[in-house]
Amino acid sequence: MNRHAAQRAGFAVLALAALVVVIPILFVVGTIVARGTGAISWEFLTAMPRDGMKAGGIFPAVVGTLLLTLGTALAAIPVGVGGAIYLSEYARDNRLTRSIRLAIVNLAGIPSVVYGLFGLGLFVLFLHFGTSILAGSLTLAIMTLPIIISTAEEALRAVPTEFRTVSASLGGTQWQAVRYIVLPQALPGIITGVILGLLRAAGETAPILFTVAAFFLPSLPHSVFDQTMALPYHLYVVSTQVPGMPLKIQFGTALVLLILVLSMNVVATTIRSYFRRRRQW
Amino acid sequence: METLIRVLGFSSIGFVLLIFLFLLQEGVPAFLEIEPGNLFGTRWYPTFDLFGTMPLILGSVLVTITAIAISLPLGVATAVFVREVAPNWAREILKPMIEVLAGIPSVVLGFFGMTLIAPAVREVFGAPTGLTAFTGALILAYMALPTIISVAEDALDAVPKSYRDAGLAMGATQWQTIWRVVVPAARSGIVTAVMLGMGRAIGETMAVMMVTGNAARMPLGLDAIFRPIRTMTATIAAEMGEVAQGSIHYHVLFGVGIILFVLTFAINLTAASVMFKKRRRGGLR
Repeated sequence: MNRHAAQRAGFAVLALAALVVVIPILFVVGTIVARGTGAISWEFLTAMPRDGMKAGGIFPAVVGTLLLTLGTALAAIPVGVGGAIYLSEYARDNRLTRSIRLAIVNLAGIPSVVYGLFGLGLFVLFLHFGTSILAGSLTLAIMTLPIIISTAEEALRAVPTEFRTVSASLGGTQWQAVRYIVLPQALPGIITGVILGLLRAAGETAPILFTVAAFFLPSLPHSVFDQTMALPYHLYVVSTQVPGMPLKIQFGTALVLLILVLSMNVVATTIRSYFRRRRQW
Repeated sequence: METLIRVLGFSSIGFVLLIFLFLLQEGVPAFLEIEPGNLFGTRWYPTFDLFGTMPLILGSVLVTITAIAISLPLGVATAVFVREVAPNWAREILKPMIEVLAGIPSVVLGFFGMTLIAPAVREVFGAPTGLTAFTGALILAYMALPTIISVAEDALDAVPKSYRDAGLAMGATQWQTIWRVVVPAARSGIVTAVMLGMGRAIGETMAVMMVTGNAARMPLGLDAIFRPIRTMTATIAAEMGEVAQGSIHYHVLFGVGIILFVLTFAINLTAASVMFKKRRRGGLR
């Protein structure tokens, strides 16, 4: 075989590998859309579950996931963006800064179920929050921190150094440069990172298993110290814990969760590419 | 305000320490109260006070290694295709698809695996059940792919164009340049990619719990891959809800958490040190 034939064969193998990666993705999303669409109706989205969850809707799970995502955002955004500002604007390149980076890499690698154990130990038991929205949101917030910090830092670093120099030459303090120049310029990138972090929190099950998630609740939560149902946990429950559950409800729940996270994904990438095209620098 | 920012900057270190501290506080009693022979034995029957974690550890290792064996060649080949070979239109389709895969929640993949892939595995391999280590590894392989592909792509991206030009100028074909020059030059980045993918796979919980059958038996013998197994993560997730707080079983589950924490910590530390070393030297390898 001559070397040009070898090249053609090689490229064909690479293309084949890419197909083997992509086709199952299309298959998974396509199947869930095709089999879940029939289940989705106004009632499915806005009614309480009935008959041992075998009928009715998934309203409390949808509300629960929205509440948990909101709680996660409230806790994770200030800490994450603050941490990113420190790393990009204030930190020097020394041993301490390297340990912070190492900590972030490790935080990103800790298994989600270990976050669940930690949340149970610290928030539920030690701080006596009980199994509650508060405990679950804080657990999810710490899990999303590394994603928010690293994407926000990247966005801040992308702002050209000249912007800071000009601010300083006009007599601005470093904080003024950060607050009025760098942060506004980096905002679209930061928002993208925050959404990417939150979509991970919205889809996670393991961290909320022992910190907030309820199997079934007859009413919506009243305070942050209440348990709540949540979409990912609800999907786990209807697909493994209740015998004789209609497939339609399972696929419907999976589709609602998939639409929620994928639409957040689309929003994040749209913001990113829109502002990348529009920015002047 | 700046003081606050400084404090927030250090928060990540604080959280890592806090997590480790709480795992230790709740998990160490397990190592003290249970004799090592039992704790690292081969039988996990908590109701009879048998807490052998060996089947769980080996279960995790078996699924993870099989998953990486599938996703390493697929991921690296896809990264090379996207970065070096693919025409623009193919790249425009591939990259968002891989982002979609990264965004699918693990419980959705687990649900898909148990309703559609497990029956297929049973049919194809004639196994008594489709909920096997192989089914779990297959799903884990796809969950690790986005990580492997994006990190490997960055590594290929960091190889200077002059390397490629030199290869082509020597009369090598593009294919020879890719495999003999570009990929070897990106070797350390590809190793990092695999390490991070491995960390992702070993810590994955929901999908694995839903498709591997959860039988806590030693995965020995040639057919172990087509039998049900149980991982460390699945054990914690499945049993923590039912144990009494403060019981030995409760402490053992935190002990399993410590093992997981240390394992992923070591994996990520190795991956990160490869990355940092490369950055500090400013060179390629």
